[in-house]
Amino acid sequence: MSDDFLLPDLDDETSAPFWHGTARGELLVQSCGACGAWRMPPRPMCPHCQSISVTWVPTSGHATIWSFIVPHAPLLPAYSELAPYNAIVVALDEDPSIRFVGNLVATETGPINEIDPATIAIGEPVRVVFQTVEDVALPRWVRR
Amino acid sequence: MKDSCAVVGIGQTAYGKGLPDTELSLACQAISAAIDDAGLRPSDVDGIAMFSMEDGREVDVARNVGLGDITYFSEVGFGGGAGCGVVGQAAMAVATGQCTTAVAWRARKRASKTSRPWAQVSDRVAGHQQWSRPFGVLRPVDEIAMLTRRAMHQYGYTRDHLANVALAFRKHANRNPIATMHAKELTREQYMDARWISEPLCLFDNCLETDGALAVVITSADRARDLPQPPAYIHSFAQSIPQQHQVMTNYFCEDPLTGPAWACARLLWERSDFQPADVPVAQLYDAFSPLIPLSLEGYGFCGRGEGGEFTDDGALEWPHGRLPTNTSGGGMSEAYVHGFNLVLEGVRQIRGTSPNQVADAACSLVTSGEGVPTSAVLFRR
Repeated sequence: MSDDFLLPDLDDETSAPFWHGTARGELLVQSCGACGAWRMPPRPMCPHCQSISVTWVPTSGHATIWSFIVPHAPLLPAYSELAPYNAIVVALDEDPSIRFVGNLVATETGPINEIDPATIAIGEPVRVVFQTVEDVALPRWVRR
Repeated sequence: MKDSCAVVGIGQTAYGKGLPDTELSLACQAISAAIDDAGLRPSDVDGIAMFSMEDGREVDVARNVGLGDITYFSEVGFGGGAGCGVVGQAAMAVATGQCTTAVAWRARKRASKTSRPWAQVSDRVAGHQQWSRPFGVLRPVDEIAMLTRRAMHQYGYTRDHLANVALAFRKHANRNPIATMHAKELTREQYMDARWISEPLCLFDNCLETDGALAVVITSADRARDLPQPPAYIHSFAQSIPQQHQVMTNYFCEDPLTGPAWACARLLWERSDFQPADVPVAQLYDAFSPLIPLSLEGYGFCGRGEGGEFTDDGALEWPHGRLPTNTSGGGMSEAYVHGFNLVLEGVRQIRGTSPNQVADAACSLVTSGEGVPTSAVLFRR
């Protein structure tokens, strides 16, 4: 069991462009090179037209909260130290079927346990921010 | 394959925590007991259907239990979704003549690494977990809590609805001498005061963690007639991976609250002479309490979004509820063995030997994990 935060494996070929994007401050999604449909999480084939042609496109980074939880210990040690914290799922403004898991933070550098969970509501508009943990920029969300 | 095969033997080990035997040993003990119960010899068994997550492999089980020449063996993945899957695949193999008598089982120890996949992560995650784990959605309870909060918002599920589930199953366990929670009563006040695990889910919304093993023997209806136990005929069976499904963190499809139950139910009822209104008793997979209202909707016992309200007025409670559910106490109050205890309880309702027996149950529904690729079986007398 890990003592650290769980971070994405940046060697995962399919998703690496996403994490390269977050490192540059961009929230990218896959767009089918043939039919243009967006998809998230990334995968090799478009389920609509079976094309394996992929482009990565920037999004607005604007979304609304679709759901949220407040995990309490016991958790992996790095997370237990912060618990209770929030985790959220957001739906992207341009296409609400594109969703991301993240955390609601008060400021661009704020921790994931700063906001009073009682104030979090489904439907709240949020904006992406990027927080660097080790060698990864994780997309998190602030209110807008 | 309707009614062409039956469960003719059931067997299990005791439930416990920290049982000394290995998972393989537990599996073999349960399978051996089930074969005895069926009035068969181990050498009569020529088919195996097992959970992919099993620690004891088919060759080891066959060599230990002394099974005959095995002519059919298969696996079903996705943990708690596999319970009815292995029963149904065993039945399909018997029905198609690939074997004559098959065993299916689940053996699990809570401390075992293979039993708790969420605890065996390294600090780098690939695949679908990279989209949730870094943000602290770590455990199955976190993953299901996210869907629960959405269902509360979208459908009006409440903590009182979830308490209805927890209390009903505990009452059933209080009448089941082998249930882990046999001697422990649960009140609504205790439920409401319980510590959070992952809001909006509290301690009593979670299943138990149990060591133990359970097994069934499946053979043809023809052969079943000569055996000592009343057959539980496999009337209908289905599995499903719904379109665009993602295991546990099913947040990325068009309608995440339309879970695997929906596609599974379509085939199950299409193949069945019984419809939801005809079903007098159900064993619904209950790793977490909100899976019950979601399953009630998916399997057609109420309309979409009505699963919370369905649980009101003691609807899930034996003997007077509209649908006595998890009559042995289920995963939340009897034992959590990846839902395989639900299969045995479904058979007992047909045999007439449940601790909370529904009188003259003509059929009995069992479902497997909602939130993962799933399966369901409808037994009949």
